[in-house]
Amino acid sequence: MKQNKTMQGYLLNTVVIVVLFAAFQMLTAAYGGSGSFKLVIAPCLWQCCYLIILAASLNLVLGFLGQLSLGHCGFMAIGAYTAALLSLACERSEVFKNANDPVYLVIIFACILAAGVLSALVGLLVGIPALRLKGDYLAIITLGFGMIIVNIINNLPFCGQDGLALGSASASLYKNGLGFGSKSKVTFLWVALLTTIVCMTMMFMFIRSKYGRCIRAIRDDEIAASASGINTSFYKVMTFAYSAFFAGVAGALYACANATLSTSSFAFTNGGILNSTFIVVMVVLGGMGSLTGSVVAAVVMFLVNYQIKNGAWVALLPASVQGVFQYPMLVYAILLIIIIVFRPKGIFGAYEFSLRNLPADLKASRARKAAEKAERKEAGAHV
Amino acid sequence: MSEAVKTPVLETKKLGITFGGLKAVQDFNIRIYQGELVGLIGPNGAGKTTVFNLLTGVYVPTEGTVLLNGVPLNGKKPHQFVAAGVARTFQNIRLFKQMSVIDNVKAAFTKDISYNLLDATLRTPKFWKTEKEMTEKAMDLLAICHLEDKADILASSLPYGQQRKLEIARALATDMKVLLLDEPAAGMNPTETAELLECINTIRDRFGVAILLIEHDMSLVMNVCERIQVIDYGQTIASGLPEEIANNPKVIAAYLGE
Amino acid sequence: MSTFIQTLFVGLRLGSIYALVALGYTMVYGIIRLINFAHGDFIMVGGYTMIFTVPAVLALGLPAWAAVIAAIAVCALVGMGTELIAYRPVRKKGTKMTALITAIAMSLLLENLAQAIPAIGPNPKVASQIFTAGGISFAGVTLEYTTLLTIVISAIVMVVLFQFTQRTKLGRAMRCVSEDKEAATLMGINVNHTILATFAIGSGLAAVAALMYMAQYPKIYTTMGSLLGLKAFVSAVLGGIGIIPGAVLGGIVIGLVESFTTSYVSSSMADAFVFLILIVVLVLKPAGILGKNVGEKV
Repeated sequence: MKQNKTMQGYLLNTVVIVVLFAAFQMLTAAYGGSGSFKLVIAPCLWQCCYLIILAASLNLVLGFLGQLSLGHCGFMAIGAYTAALLSLACERSEVFKNANDPVYLVIIFACILAAGVLSALVGLLVGIPALRLKGDYLAIITLGFGMIIVNIINNLPFCGQDGLALGSASASLYKNGLGFGSKSKVTFLWVALLTTIVCMTMMFMFIRSKYGRCIRAIRDDEIAASASGINTSFYKVMTFAYSAFFAGVAGALYACANATLSTSSFAFTNGGILNSTFIVVMVVLGGMGSLTGSVVAAVVMFLVNYQIKNGAWVALLPASVQGVFQYPMLVYAILLIIIIVFRPKGIFGAYEFSLRNLPADLKASRARKAAEKAERKEAGAHV
Repeated sequence: MSEAVKTPVLETKKLGITFGGLKAVQDFNIRIYQGELVGLIGPNGAGKTTVFNLLTGVYVPTEGTVLLNGVPLNGKKPHQFVAAGVARTFQNIRLFKQMSVIDNVKAAFTKDISYNLLDATLRTPKFWKTEKEMTEKAMDLLAICHLEDKADILASSLPYGQQRKLEIARALATDMKVLLLDEPAAGMNPTETAELLECINTIRDRFGVAILLIEHDMSLVMNVCERIQVIDYGQTIASGLPEEIANNPKVIAAYLGE
Repeated sequence: MSTFIQTLFVGLRLGSIYALVALGYTMVYGIIRLINFAHGDFIMVGGYTMIFTVPAVLALGLPAWAAVIAAIAVCALVGMGTELIAYRPVRKKGTKMTALITAIAMSLLLENLAQAIPAIGPNPKVASQIFTAGGISFAGVTLEYTTLLTIVISAIVMVVLFQFTQRTKLGRAMRCVSEDKEAATLMGINVNHTILATFAIGSGLAAVAALMYMAQYPKIYTTMGSLLGLKAFVSAVLGGIGIIPGAVLGGIVIGLVESFTTSYVSSSMADAFVFLILIVVLVLKPAGILGKNVGEKV
C-alpha cells in the first residue's frame, strides 16, 4: 500500500522531470541563438546547476549527518582542476580537435565523472582521520584540510599558467578544453541540467534508503546509533566521501562554465560567492535536512546575488542601500544571522517538497492556519 | 543437556575498569542463561551503568573479559557487540528524536540489510523487497510494544512512557540474544510500569532471550527477576534468589547506609 | 647560524602575536564552548581604530603606540556587542552547530561591514611607524626593536592575564562559569556578566595583537584577520583549547613552524604546514597538547 504510493510519487516526479527537460530542450533549440538567452540565461543556469549540486551535497553532511564541514570548496576545487586538466590533456594529445567533434561529448562526461571520483577519493582520505572528531574540532579540521587542498593545488606546477606545462599558479589554466564560451554554454546546457538531475536523484535515493536512516540516526544520537548496531565511523566516512563526490561534480561544472580557474576562488578566506561559508549559508537557508530546500535556496541565493549585482531596480534604490548592495556578502551575513536566531534549523527545516504531497500539505497548512486563527479567536473571546 | 555443561549466553570473568585510579567496577562476574531474567541492583553510583557500558563495548575494560555464548568479545566496538547479540536501552532515553517512530526501529535493522548503494540508487527489486520486509518486521516489533498506531509520528513527540517502550522495540530490532535494560521503569507511573512488565514478559516468551535489568525500584526487581546480583562501590556484595537478597544483611546495610 | 637565530626570533615574534590572539579564542571557548570565528576580525577592528587614532595621539604629543588604548576600548565594545546581538540569543535557542554557524556569519558580517564603511573601503591602508626603527646587532644578526618589544610585551600580557584568572574575583568567576554554568549561577555568579567580561578581555587582547602585527606588517585590510585568526585558533587548539598556557605554547609552536618552513622549505607551503600540524595533533591527541580527553557520558 505504502510502496504503491511511493511508486506513484516516483512516476509523477519522473514524468514531470522528463517533460520539463524536453520543454527546456525545445526552448533552447528555439531561442538558443538569441542574445539574452546566450549571454544571460544560459550562464545563469550553469551557475545555478553547480550551486544546487554543491548545496545539496553539503546538506548530506551538514543536515543529514549533522557534522559541520568547512572544507567543502576544497573538494570542489579538486573537481574543477581534475576536469580542466583532463580535458586539456585530451586536447593536447589530440583526442579531439574542437567542440564539434563527437568524441568531445564523451570527454565532457568522462571529465565530470573523473572529477567526482577523485574528489570522493580525497574525501575518503580526509574523512578517515577527520571524522574521528566531532563538532567544533571537525569544523576546524575540515577547514584545515580545505586550506591544504587549495594550497597544494596552488603549488602544483602543472596547475599553473600553461596548464600541463610548467608555470606559476595563475588564473588562466585552460585554453580550449573545458571553459565554455557563450555559444558552447548554450549547446551543452543540457549536459549541466542532466548532470544536476542525475546528481539530485542519486542524493534522494541515498537519503531515502538505509543509508539515510543510518546517518540521520547518527545525527540524532551517535551513541544510540552504535548501540543499535550501526557502524558509525563507516557510515560517516562513506557519507563524507559521497558528498565530496558531488562537490567534485559541481567543480567540474564550474570548470565548464568559467573561462578561467584560480585557486583563490575556492579559498576559505575568499570573499566571493564560492567560499565554503556561502554554501553553508545556502544549506542553512534551505533547511538543514531538506534536499529540496537546498535546491530552492541555491536558486534563490543565486538570483539575489545576481539581482543585487546586475538588477536594473537597484539603480532606483537610495544611494545608501546601493552602497550596502556592493557588498552582497554583508547582506548574506545579516540574513544568516537573522535566520539562525529565529529559525535555528533553517527556513524549511527538514520539510521536503513533494509533488505528490503538495496538495495535501497545502491543505494541511491551510487547516493548521485556520485552526490557529480559531484558537486565537477563542482565546480572545475568553479574555 | 545437564545444567553443568550448558554455556551461559552472557558471561563475564573478573571484569573491571579503572578511571584514573578510581576502581569503578572490579572483579565483576555474572552468568546469564537463555530465557533468564536477572536483576542488577545497587545504590546510586554503585557502578551499575558502568557495568552496562562494559557489557556493550562503550567502555573498554581494563581487566577481564565479556563472553557471549562462550566467545570473548575483547577489543570489539559497540556496533560489533550488537552484531554479536547484545542489545541495550539507556537510563536517560536516547532515541533518534527527529526521526519517525518506525524509522527509529528500522535504523536498527541496518546491519541486517544487504542491499548496497547501487541497489538503493537504482531502486532494484532487491531494494523494494528488503524495505518491505523491514517495514513489516518493524511494525511487528512496534505491535509488541503497543506502538503500531504511532508508527509515522516523530519519536520526540511520544509521551515519556512510550519513548521508553520505543527504545525497547529498537533494541529488539537488533535481533539480540541478551537484552540489557537500564532502569526501564524510571519515572513511570504504576499503570505504565505494569504495561512495561507485560511487554518484558512477552519479549522473553516470544524471543527466548536473556534479560539483564538494572532497576532502582526494589519491589519491582523482587517481583520479576529470577536471580539478583547486588553491587556497591563497584564490587558484587551479594547474588542469589530474590528472597535471599531481601534478607541479606550486607544488602540492607548498603541500601540503608551504616 | 645567523639565519637560524634570525628565523628563531621571527618565529618567536609571530608566535607571540598568535599567542595573544589565541588567548582570546581560548578564553571565549573555555567559557561558552564556541569557536568565535569573529575573533580574527576583532584584530582588523583594532587595526583600523589605530589607523584613525594614531594621528590624534601624535597630535597630543603621545607616542604612536598609545593609540592601542582606543583600540582596546573599541575592540572590547565590538566583542561585547557580538555576544549580545548574536551569540547570546542563539545560545538560548539553538544547538552547538547553529552557534558555530552564527560565529562564521559574524565574521563575514564584520569583514564586509568594514568594507562597506566609506572611510575604510576595500583597499588596504598603510599604518605609520609604531615603534622606533632600528635594532640591536650582534654576531651578524640584527634584531629589530619591534621584534624584541613584541616578544616582551606579549610575555608580560600573558603573565598578567594568567595571574588575573588565578587571583582575582572576576578571574575565579570565569573559571567557575567555564566548569559548570548552573553551579556557578547557584553560587551567586552572574553568568551573563562574566561571559560579557570574558568577551571584553579577549577582544582587548586582539587589539594588543593588532598593535604588534601593525608594527611589523603596516598594511591593514578588511580580511587581514581571517587567516591570522585561523592560525591563532589553530594555536589554541594545538595547545589544548580552553587552557591559557596551552594557547601560549600553541602560538609559539605555530609561529616557529611557520617561520622555519618559510626559511627552509617554501614560503608558499607555510600555511599548509601549519594546518598539517593541526591535523596531526588533532588526530593523535584530539584535546591538544596540554588538554585532557573527556569522553561523553552515557
